[in-house]
Amino acid sequence: MRIANLTHGALFMLGAYLGVTVMRYVPNLWLAALAAGIAVAAFGGLLEKLILRKLAGNVLGQVLVTLGVSFIIADACLVAWGGDPIPIPTPKALQAPVRIAGFVFPAYRLAVVGIAVLVALALYLLMDRTRLGAMIRAGVDDPEMASAVGIPVSKLFTTVFCLGAALAGAGGVIGGPIMSAYPGLDSDMLPLALIVVILGGVGSLLGAFAGAFITGFVYTFGVALLPDLAYVILFLPMILVIAFRPRGLFGKFAA
Amino acid sequence: MRWAVFGVLAALLPLVAGEYYINLASQIVIFAVFAASINLLLGYGGLPTLGHAAYLGVAAYVSALMHLKLGFDHWMAAPIAVLATTLMGCVFGLIALRAAGLGFLMLTLALSQVLWGTAYRWVSMTDGDNGLRGLARPTPFGLDLNQAMPFYYFALVIGAFSIWMMARFVNSAFGATLKGARDQPRRMSALGYDVWLIRWITFVYASFWGAVSGLLFVYYHKYIHPVSLSLANSAEGLLAVIAGGSGTLAGPLVGAAIVLLLKNWASAYIERWNMLLGFVFVFIVVFMPEGVVPGVKRLWKRYVSKT
Repeated sequence: MRIANLTHGALFMLGAYLGVTVMRYVPNLWLAALAAGIAVAAFGGLLEKLILRKLAGNVLGQVLVTLGVSFIIADACLVAWGGDPIPIPTPKALQAPVRIAGFVFPAYRLAVVGIAVLVALALYLLMDRTRLGAMIRAGVDDPEMASAVGIPVSKLFTTVFCLGAALAGAGGVIGGPIMSAYPGLDSDMLPLALIVVILGGVGSLLGAFAGAFITGFVYTFGVALLPDLAYVILFLPMILVIAFRPRGLFGKFAA
Repeated sequence: MRWAVFGVLAALLPLVAGEYYINLASQIVIFAVFAASINLLLGYGGLPTLGHAAYLGVAAYVSALMHLKLGFDHWMAAPIAVLATTLMGCVFGLIALRAAGLGFLMLTLALSQVLWGTAYRWVSMTDGDNGLRGLARPTPFGLDLNQAMPFYYFALVIGAFSIWMMARFVNSAFGATLKGARDQPRRMSALGYDVWLIRWITFVYASFWGAVSGLLFVYYHKYIHPVSLSLANSAEGLLAVIAGGSGTLAGPLVGAAIVLLLKNWASAYIERWNMLLGFVFVFIVVFMPEGVVPGVKRLWKRYVSKT
């Protein structure tokens, strides 16, 4: 959508915290993820309609507003949920380790990988194979022309923004058993997400997936081998890619 | 002329203000240098940087580490810190300027977040969340800067020199090409200017003055914490530039004063500075996108014409 959105880390954290609260009443992770996703989507929709809409084309304005909003979210979470990390329990059915080809995997992490693949596949099908996806792409490429031929661009953008927010919120809950919810989760996630997008290329799902894979791989090995400097190692693949392919691995246009 | 009046007023301030306000004024001077160096990129270069805290923080950390780990005195540590940070600016510029606009912003943010994370996690070097303490202020020509007033004059002299140098930069012929590259990059390259090189030089120059503000910062606080490298710090600098009016020389100074006064007054009453900062961001972007000084004028005019 070419909106500079820096709230995603904060939305991720907001989702994780909302998930914590929901699970106090309904101890089911998937329902909590769904509820958090819907709540965060509603918040994202409001943000887009009330503020970001007025700043179309004003990149700097969007950046500052979304940054401001993420400060507000982070501080509100600190007030509402306190400063101590809150763990999110792993669902009972997925607590046992799984043995595949002689290697032992934690079942929950496998399930998360499965969900990620499903979401990526669903997004790909939505964007590339449906009429709705075609309308969204048209709206991004040429909003004036798209609305001239009768595509409700503004409604679509709100929808897409909600969808993005929903994924961030649900992601926060699903990532909860691995990372738990704590203040600062937002600024831990934001650089990872940015590096993933820069690596993979803006506006490419395949790129985001590949970028996430590389980043996760490098980061995990980095933490294991050189824990002090994991952050520096994390950023090496990004430099390499930017040096040789400024648009990212699979990016269609320059960021 | 206006600048001379401004300078005289700033120099006379300690005669009328108490220690608290002199210290606050020192902080404003330091922050103004930082904001002015962001303004070089944002206001004159049209390059929205969201990672400028990297230069402030790295210069401060290098100077502190030289002092603590190697026992260097300030005459040695200060030039090394500024030089090292500027070299880092050269490299970061090569990376970040592969893109413009949104991509540039994401790259500067990612680079500075990497440094922030490193400062947090590399505990054996930076002592992580505890920060580095046990630092001393320099004693130039035997002057003791530990009192508020001498340090204020020290900061004021260096700050005034920095801002004068940055003003010279943007008013030079090179500054004109920089503004040209901001407004009409294609036309400028058609005229034979190397737009990339112009931006890169500005990036390096801005990182140099960011490093200078970092030195003043660490001298003032005698302490450095990873939060100085954080996104929030870059964002406060950016806010100061935009609040005052970007692309003007006085803008960052006014903006720095506004942000720091607000921060000090607000934190006396409420604890939620970050939330207030967030609201100020949203308010300024939505209601006064051109900066507070012109923005207030415009709102006032509208109010007068209505009544």
